[in-house]
Amino acid sequence: MATKAQSAEVTETTRPEGDGPDGYRRRDFLNVAAVSFAGVGAVAALAPMLVQMGPPADVLALASTEVDISKIQPGQGIKVSWRKQPVFVRNLTPKEIAEANAVPMSDLRDPQSLAERTKPGKQNWLITLGVCTHLGCVPLGIGEGENRGPYGGYFCPCHGSAYDTAARIRTGPAPLNLTVPEYEFTGPNTVQIG
Amino acid sequence: MSFSWAKPYEPKNSFTRWIDDRLPLPRLVYGAIGGGYPVPRNLNYFWNFGVLAGLFLTIQIITGIVLAMWYFSSVDGAFNSVEHIMRDVNAGWLIRYAHMNGASFFFIVTYIHIFRGLYYGSYKAPRELVWMLGLVIYLLMMATAFMGYVLPWGQMSYWGAQVITGFFSAFPLIGEPMRVWLLGGYAPDQAALTRFFSLHYLLPFVIAAVTILHIWALHIPGSNNPTGVDVKDERDTLPFHPFYTAKDGWFAGLVLLVYALVTFFAPNYLGHPDNYIPANPLATPAHIVPEWYFWPFYAILRAFTVDFILPAKLWGVLAMFFSILLLFFLPWLDKSPVRSGSYRPVFKRFFWLLVADVILLGWAGGSEATPIVVAVSQIASAYYFLHFLVILPIVSALEKPLPLPNSISASVLHGEAEEAAPIGQTKRRGGSVATATAE
Amino acid sequence: MRFILGFIGAVFALVLTISLINGVATYFSTPPEHTATEEFYKHPKHLALASDGPFGKFDNQQLQRGFQVYSEVCAACHGLNLVSFRDLEHIGYNEAEVKKIAADWKTQVPSINPDTGEAAGRKALPSDRFPSPFPNETAARAANNNALPPDLSLITKARHDGAAYTYSLLTGYQKQPAELVKKFPDAKTPQGLHYNPYFPNLNIAMPPPITSDGQVTYEDGTKATVDQMSKDVSAFLVWAAEPKLAARHASGLSVAIFLLFATILGYLAYQNVWAEAKRKVRVTGALDPENQAKTSRAKAKQGITG
Repeated sequence: MATKAQSAEVTETTRPEGDGPDGYRRRDFLNVAAVSFAGVGAVAALAPMLVQMGPPADVLALASTEVDISKIQPGQGIKVSWRKQPVFVRNLTPKEIAEANAVPMSDLRDPQSLAERTKPGKQNWLITLGVCTHLGCVPLGIGEGENRGPYGGYFCPCHGSAYDTAARIRTGPAPLNLTVPEYEFTGPNTVQIG
Repeated sequence: MSFSWAKPYEPKNSFTRWIDDRLPLPRLVYGAIGGGYPVPRNLNYFWNFGVLAGLFLTIQIITGIVLAMWYFSSVDGAFNSVEHIMRDVNAGWLIRYAHMNGASFFFIVTYIHIFRGLYYGSYKAPRELVWMLGLVIYLLMMATAFMGYVLPWGQMSYWGAQVITGFFSAFPLIGEPMRVWLLGGYAPDQAALTRFFSLHYLLPFVIAAVTILHIWALHIPGSNNPTGVDVKDERDTLPFHPFYTAKDGWFAGLVLLVYALVTFFAPNYLGHPDNYIPANPLATPAHIVPEWYFWPFYAILRAFTVDFILPAKLWGVLAMFFSILLLFFLPWLDKSPVRSGSYRPVFKRFFWLLVADVILLGWAGGSEATPIVVAVSQIASAYYFLHFLVILPIVSALEKPLPLPNSISASVLHGEAEEAAPIGQTKRRGGSVATATAE
Repeated sequence: MRFILGFIGAVFALVLTISLINGVATYFSTPPEHTATEEFYKHPKHLALASDGPFGKFDNQQLQRGFQVYSEVCAACHGLNLVSFRDLEHIGYNEAEVKKIAADWKTQVPSINPDTGEAAGRKALPSDRFPSPFPNETAARAANNNALPPDLSLITKARHDGAAYTYSLLTGYQKQPAELVKKFPDAKTPQGLHYNPYFPNLNIAMPPPITSDGQVTYEDGTKATVDQMSKDVSAFLVWAAEPKLAARHASGLSVAIFLLFATILGYLAYQNVWAEAKRKVRVTGALDPENQAKTSRAKAKQGITG
């Protein structure tokens, strides 16, 4: 039978207050610890989701490409793919080397000498990315008969950037010279790019 | 919420007050899962499984979106793209195994959640719509899981797709055209694969939306509880936060531990080796089986072996669809005014018989269709239909339930308060006895 | 409505009963035939590997021996097209060794002649996948009596108890028992196939690949018995199917420990939160004889009757 005494016995507590300020804080600590642990776990669980977006092992493996340069005559160049981007490998003629060295640094938007852009003893091998530094088009000039622009190097038809025989920017909107990737000569006839 | 003593939301600082004035989202959350949502104080651990289902839906969506960044839905490239994920993508193996086993765990917690509903009468008035929305979620889950399993384009993926889409051809006249329309071809091929990928990506968000409706519909009457007795006053409830956030939190940790053990140490246990063989439309695997969570339905499908007016194949398909469809009618099949199986001794016995029956159906569905297995599926399927369509209506009409406690707090306080009253009669608190008490 | 549903249920039950009776009748009138496979098929022998169990790790020495068996015995017919040469660095070969293995690999990678554009092969690079021994399925079947040697990249995951299966298969070739031929004359091993009780069909198209001790000379000097070679190549194939196995076990251990700790903390916090909220439930109802007695005593005391 219901009695008032019964009702009083039901201690309804919506938030256990504890024994006072100390008891409350002690109890709270455990709760805070548990929630923090869960939070750390949640963040840690998210980590693989973000890490997986990076390049996978097979893409990283293709980060270097070996190129056979034995068939490139002076004055010729080839276009190869490296990291899915075009790379111009050109064998400069002595005339082109002289032309490049004759340009004063003050004339250059992005001052660099040909020596800085090639390997010592192999000044005739100009290896650059075939990507215009303006907005990313592939410039002309590497293939036989292609327009080499006013400076005899490369010419980008998109917005008119013109590069010289050392692939340095001379006119047009591009801010920088064609990028020289990391490369090394791994043999008399092979170059490893990347 | 319909409870008058639910604590209203009070923004604690000027920032939350600023947000609340412009968009009452914190208020909504507070009233739904915060301190402002009263929940019966006597819930047992079977009430944890709804939240766990939501947790696994979230896990599936996150791992799935990430997998979709690498998966390639071409018949020539799909299998290899999954292996690329397993071998070369950073942590790809972890995400793939998590997604694969996450699906299984999503079904495990959902099945426990459903059986909780069956036992405690959660489908009864006023929660019929909660139940039916839940069934809609279940159907969407099955469609999503089926399509997801096809995506790796292994042997079981392909042949499972062949079998399941083959169901439709069982229907006379419209069956075969429907099947060809569904597949975009005569057999599962590129068209089927790409559309399954598209729909597999879409449906989980539909599930999320229906889940919100499911929870919204629940929050109108509030949660059921193990006694099945309605909440009467403040003493019967506790605010969801911090009591049930704490309980859900720790139990989720335990379930995630089991999930992690399976994902890291036995990731292929619940799967089938044949799906590591690239799909070959010209060679059928020795035993085509769906994933384990479809086994009971597969057993029902295979149980019909004779033509009787209709072809056996059509009976199988109809029975399989109807086995889920009949659950929509459950609130009207079982009309007992008593909700909880704890107070319905006859119902309780049949309930456990149903559980054993479904487990038996599951075993039969996953086994090779030998005569014994088929015979078992026939008996078990017959029981399944009889249970819901014949036994329950009769039992609910005729049984004499145990007396219910007057209130949740009465049952919680261990009998110190009111004695039980006969059904439909309750004593007024603190006042005089309205009717004779049950002795 | 309930009657309609009840009727439908009864109809399903009826059809099922008919099916059951039909099935029982068929079983007794035409008992299912006992097949040779049922009687003579053997489940795989037990194989213990370093990668077994929740703490399993790969034994790189064994994997290298297994790779040697693969390259000298199996690679002639079986591809490994999901594995890249560079993956071999994970089983103990260094970069230079991998480059050499790739360049010396017997099958070349399909490519084109850079001058004429005609189809040609080129030497493999570490970044390449293992090239298949045959350019396509038709060629593979033509060279193998119409049988298709499966790619081995996933074989241990694609068969139940995969490593034990490959080991048992490789060591299981034997003469077809006379008993089988007597009992099931139709199941006599056809010409061109070989009897092996560990193969689901009992007769496999592959001739025994590892036939004698010393078929491979191991670089590390281990005695190359048929049993040893079969074990080693099985271990290698487990790695080929799942190179990340060791990483999976290691990270699994950390995750499990973390979750255990988090769960315990969570449980303690839960107990803490609920410390003062009464919540024990008597599920069987309040009409407990003990309480009935209590209430009637209390009533009697207060002089309430009825």
